[in-house]
Amino acid sequence: MDLACENTWVWIPLPQKFQSPMILKLILGFCWYLLHLMVNLRHMGSSVNDLLFCYIISMGLLLKHQNLQLDKLNSLAVVVDSEEAKNTTKIKQLLCWLSSIGIKYVILYDMQGVLKQTIGTDLESLTNTSMTTCSVVDAKMATSLFHFDKMAIEIISLSDGKEGVAKAASFLYSEHMKDDSEICYRSEPDFTESDVANALKATGSAGAEPDLLLVYGPARCHLGFPAWRLRYTEIVHMGRLRSMKFAAIVKTMHDFSKKHQNYGK
Amino acid sequence: MFFLASLFSLKGHHPLPVFPPIPSYMYTLPRVSVPHRNLVIKVEKDLEMEKHGRKPEPNIFASVWRFLRRCLFLVLALGPMPNHIAFIMDGNRRYAKRRNVKEGTGHGVGFTTLTSICQYCYEMGVKYVTVYAFSIDNFKRKPEEVQSLMDLMKEKIDELLEEDSIVQKYGFRINFWGSLDLLSEPVRLAAEKVMTHTADNTGPVLSICVAYTSTNEIMRAIKKSCARKSFRTQGYVNCDGESVCEDNNGYVTVADLEENLDTADCPDPDIVIRTSGEARLSNFLLWQTSLSHLQNPNPLWPEFSLRNLVWAILEYQKIYPYLEARRRLAKKEN
Repeated sequence: MDLACENTWVWIPLPQKFQSPMILKLILGFCWYLLHLMVNLRHMGSSVNDLLFCYIISMGLLLKHQNLQLDKLNSLAVVVDSEEAKNTTKIKQLLCWLSSIGIKYVILYDMQGVLKQTIGTDLESLTNTSMTTCSVVDAKMATSLFHFDKMAIEIISLSDGKEGVAKAASFLYSEHMKDDSEICYRSEPDFTESDVANALKATGSAGAEPDLLLVYGPARCHLGFPAWRLRYTEIVHMGRLRSMKFAAIVKTMHDFSKKHQNYGK
Repeated sequence: MFFLASLFSLKGHHPLPVFPPIPSYMYTLPRVSVPHRNLVIKVEKDLEMEKHGRKPEPNIFASVWRFLRRCLFLVLALGPMPNHIAFIMDGNRRYAKRRNVKEGTGHGVGFTTLTSICQYCYEMGVKYVTVYAFSIDNFKRKPEEVQSLMDLMKEKIDELLEEDSIVQKYGFRINFWGSLDLLSEPVRLAAEKVMTHTADNTGPVLSICVAYTSTNEIMRAIKKSCARKSFRTQGYVNCDGESVCEDNNGYVTVADLEENLDTADCPDPDIVIRTSGEARLSNFLLWQTSLSHLQNPNPLWPEFSLRNLVWAILEYQKIYPYLEARRRLAKKEN
């Protein structure tokens, strides 16, 4: 078909190193900055709005936020940027807030395992004393699951994600295929998703699927949280850890309690 | 920051700023304007008139719109541009419900939106676009709805193979990711035909996730990795019973799994956009989105427009330094 008509044209390739006049660069750059100024203004407006809302919630002026319905929230995950995770004071404060709201199961995650080294060590030392009602629940997860003040805390990192799936795959391979000479003639094994889930459990890489995931960091990004546990999780960006607010968590919980999922239907 | 640094750079410190180079796959591009979904009908009429040897009506508005769009994309390209954008096309049924029309109409308009967005991404130089068209969980819907979706899919897949389709003109490579054996045979055969037909294209890549969930993809990757590992192990034993096979340690690695995923020859998404304001990934690319910027704009998918896409790119550009630093750190640790 001949497409050389008023509605079409052919691209003329530009040389790779085309040097545009300075004035054109200035205009384009000015436009680029204008666009980003709009984004920043919008973010500022949104932050002011959130701040006002948090103030209203913390003053107890919104009755609907005072009685949270948490029956749909079986477990909550918190993803923290590894740099911000070094602020252990904030992390402990966050855990206290979550406990006070009534969360029963919290999964703490950061990419580089900073939380395992800092919070994990602190919680482990707490479990070894008689000062709290702490206990280690699962021997296989002894290093990462703690009970603190009626709230179970699981601490994981990137190594529990993709590498956990690789361990489960190796487990399945060793259980079903290694010594089976008949496999030679089969193209692929008959694993199902249930088999993979059981293998994850057997290798200690399984865990509760969080209903809600709070991201503390500069970007809304799950940073490698274990894929198998993230299927239908609501992911909410809470901003930086240093500027976290209790009222923002209450608002998020309230919004979550109003959510309805179809699960694909 | 990017622009000012280069503008005031001294010789030998930063290179002088250049226009963003046109991606090579755009060089031989004959173009058909698809400025907005409401104008798609107009364009289709023009093409129909051409087929019958009549000259289409001149469309000055479309030309001006194209020019403005090109200027906008030149401005955007001064900042970092994503290489791969993934879309969860949510909200077609709600769109139809709000407008009191049949559900199928929502999906039809959604398809038009998809072609528009692909066009815009392609014009911006986004090489990879992935869309979540149909989940394995969607088979739980009413049979008549599933059937109408399958029929729509078959119709649109067949159109992709026509000579004047967007695929042929722009050299798109089309992938269908998912458990295609779960699809009805006509749809599966049509999808396989398109993939074979476009396998050698070097243009932009459109990946359509059909009968797909991420956990299913991971499970299939485990199966393939185990099968390959077993084959390699057995191969060594059959050839020489005494030789030591380097793969007979029985460990499947993360690299083994990644090379057997559906997405093996595509980079990870830079942005994942779920429309209609929903905050979950619904079992979509969970493995590949570790360092993707997750966005959930409020418009329903049929309402998603160029304005929303440009906003998404601007948000990505704002957060790019952070994501890039995390990617470098992750690569260093691997």
